[in-house]
Amino acid sequence: MGAQGKTEPASGKNHTTVERKSERELVVTRTFNGPVRIVFEAWTKPELLKQWWAPKSFGVSFISCEADVRTGDTYRFVFGHPAAEQPMAFFGRYIDVVPHARIVWTNDEDGEGGAVTTVTFEERGGETLVVMHDLYPSKEALDAAIASGSTSGFCETFEQLDELLAT
Amino acid sequence: MVQYQTVHLDASFAALSDATRRGVLDELGRADASITELAGKFHMTLTGMKKHVGVLEQAGLVATAKIGRVRTCTLGPRRLAEEVAWIEDYRQRWASRFDALDRVIEELKQKEKVYGRARKD
Repeated sequence: MGAQGKTEPASGKNHTTVERKSERELVVTRTFNGPVRIVFEAWTKPELLKQWWAPKSFGVSFISCEADVRTGDTYRFVFGHPAAEQPMAFFGRYIDVVPHARIVWTNDEDGEGGAVTTVTFEERGGETLVVMHDLYPSKEALDAAIASGSTSGFCETFEQLDELLAT
Repeated sequence: MVQYQTVHLDASFAALSDATRRGVLDELGRADASITELAGKFHMTLTGMKKHVGVLEQAGLVATAKIGRVRTCTLGPRRLAEEVAWIEDYRQRWASRFDALDRVIEELKQKEKVYGRARKD
C-alpha cells in the first residue's frame, strides 16, 4: 500500500503521478495547461482521442476509435501492430458523463476483473487538474493486474513480439 | 551485489520448499493475518507457525508488525518492490500519453485563438 511512482525529472512538462490509494484503487493525476472545455473536448471527441491515446512510444496504432461519450453509450478502441496477426480491442460502457466535470467508464475486455475508471476535470486559473481513478472489483483483481506485469494490455505483448522477431 | 542476490534467492527457495509456508503466502495474498489466525488455519501450534513465519520473514517474503498483543503478517518487501516497479511503469505510460495530449490541447488553444479573432473581425 502507498507505493508511489517517482516524480519526473524537470522537463518543462507537467508531472504525472500514480498512487495505489488502497487495495483496490489506483489514482493518476496530471495538470494540463488549458481550460477545462478544451481538455474535456480532447477526451471526448474520437478524432482527438486518436491523436494522443496511443502515442508513438506505445508501438501500436489505431485501427478504429469509436466513442459516444454520453451516459449509457459505449466505446471501442481497436489497435494494430505490424507484427501482430490479430488486432486488439478495448471496450466498455460510459456509466456517467457530466460535461466538463466527469467521465466514468467500464473496462470490459478482461471480463469481470476489469476496473471502473472515473476521470474528473477541475479548472484552476486556466489550468485543468485531471484525476483518473481506477477502481478494481477486488484486491485480487488489482494484484493480478500487477502480477501479470501488464500496465496497459497490449504494450508488453507487442514488445515481447518485437523482441521475438529481433532474435 | 551478485552474492547478496544469490544468498537472497537461496533463502527464498528454502522458504518456498515447504508446503505450509507456500500456503501461508497464498493466504497472505488474500488478506493480512495474525500468527494465531494462521496457526488455526493450518492446524498448527503457535510456536510452529512462528518458526515458519520467521523463515518467510528472513527471505523478505513476509513482513510482520506487532500491534498491541497481536503480531500481524503481511506479504513482504519483495512483493512491494514488484508493485513499485509496476506502478512506475504504469506512470511512464500515462506520462507519455499525457505529453501527447499536451500537444493536442496546444493545437486546440491555437485554433480557438484564430477562430476567436476571425469572429471579431
